Amino acid sequence: MSGSKQALTDWTAGEEAIVYQSCAACGARQYFRRSFCCVCGAPNPTEKRASGEGTVYAISLVCRAATPETRAHVPYNIVLVDTIEGFRMMAHGDNELAIGDKVTARFAQFAGRLVPYFARTKT
Amino acid sequence: MSFITGVGLTAFGRHEGSSSLDLMSKAATLAIADAGLKRNEIDGILCGYSTVAPHIMLATVFAEHFGIRPTYAHAVQVGGATGLAMTMLAHHLVEAGVVRHVLVVSGENRLTGQSRDASILALAQVGHPEYEVPLGPTIPAYYGLVASRYMHEYGVTQEDLAEFAVLMRAHALTHPGAQFHDAITVADVMASKPVALPLKLLDCCPVSDGGVAFVISREPTSETGVRVLGCAQAHTHQHVTAAPALSALGAEIAIARAKAASGVAISDVRYAAVYDSFTITLAMLLEDLGLAGRGEAAARVRSGHFSCDGEMPLNTHGGLLSYGHCGVGGAMAHLVETHLQMTGRAESRQVRDASIALLHGDGGVLSSHVSMFLERTR
Repeated sequence: MSGSKQALTDWTAGEEAIVYQSCAACGARQYFRRSFCCVCGAPNPTEKRASGEGTVYAISLVCRAATPETRAHVPYNIVLVDTIEGFRMMAHGDNELAIGDKVTARFAQFAGRLVPYFARTKT
Repeated sequence: MSFITGVGLTAFGRHEGSSSLDLMSKAATLAIADAGLKRNEIDGILCGYSTVAPHIMLATVFAEHFGIRPTYAHAVQVGGATGLAMTMLAHHLVEAGVVRHVLVVSGENRLTGQSRDASILALAQVGHPEYEVPLGPTIPAYYGLVASRYMHEYGVTQEDLAEFAVLMRAHALTHPGAQFHDAITVADVMASKPVALPLKLLDCCPVSDGGVAFVISREPTSETGVRVLGCAQAHTHQHVTAAPALSALGAEIAIARAKAASGVAISDVRYAAVYDSFTITLAMLLEDLGLAGRGEAAARVRSGHFSCDGEMPLNTHGGLLSYGHCGVGGAMAHLVETHLQMTGRAESRQVRDASIALLHGDGGVLSSHVSMFLERTR
């Protein structure tokens, strides 16, 4: 066995969680899971659960989908969110979201899968 | 030195019953004849890919089909940047003395060979298989995300973007090979069906059948030489989630390297051929390349700057948006049109002076970039 820690499961595996990795050597954060830090190459970055808080970076409302499963959800809003932990992620979100909105994640079903879904943070 | 000695381009649109190999063969025949060469003089082959007929060895499948036994052959894959990436490789192969005449060829029956859904689905796979694709994005959605951010940061409007669709359509009207022949207005673009907002149907290039080829040679084969002055690439990321800030995208890096490689300044350029998969792509690239100030490209379209008789004629065949987009061949049509302009063969579209041209290709979601300068030598 290698020394790597058991991976935390997240929404990509059907668990209601957003997980990122943090490099102990250089401090970089990465969202796409790897067995190394893509900035400095150090092995075994630490896996952490994200809070689900962030700010909307970009949005696109999909009105034309390519499969029967996704067409059932049209229109759906694809968003890029900059999380407070310092990584960017793609998710779904409320249709009325605007760039710069503070948002909080929950989870929703989409085309037979669990996906992260952002709405404006309640203040 | 290397010279683009011949070009071949089919009409884009529907080629019912034609395979990818048929379209490649048709374009290759045209390009070799245009160069004044015989097919047995071609000693190098570079080709793109076909989403309709994927193959792990497309270049040699084509070589056998076409009847050439090259000394150098393989396929290249960098999405929409493939055509110019192949041209760059051919330039270096010829300069290094590896081969004398490289045939660069691509063709695809993307419109009639598969459903539109199949095309959209195949292309969406440039997204991350675990972190993006399950969310149901499409290529227009990836570009829609970039568009929303660009509009937010630079005050660009949907009406501004529509200007690029109208311009490309106006150019396509003058080319018999273009897929679209009906004039459109900004109001038409604004009223077209939403695809992935802020992008609407007329902000998006179509799916087309078509074939394109050119020959890159060590010496000119005719009186008017078109020389590759210099070229460069930049690859900053693959997935839109991992894209750098708008101010750090690859077009600016690639053009800076190409300028250094060729000794050319933007002020020397007389003709521009810029990748235009979506209106936002064209708007951003024109500004990244320095052909317009930030947020000012649309105003330059309105003032006629990029028209055939303007100061910087742009994609005079109609671009991907209106000549059409058959995959790798789509952006290769930009080079064919540039060559016709530089050699004075663009008929009713002929511009006054195309002595130095800038070409730029983009692959993925503004992730892979190739910039290139061409010069007419006689």
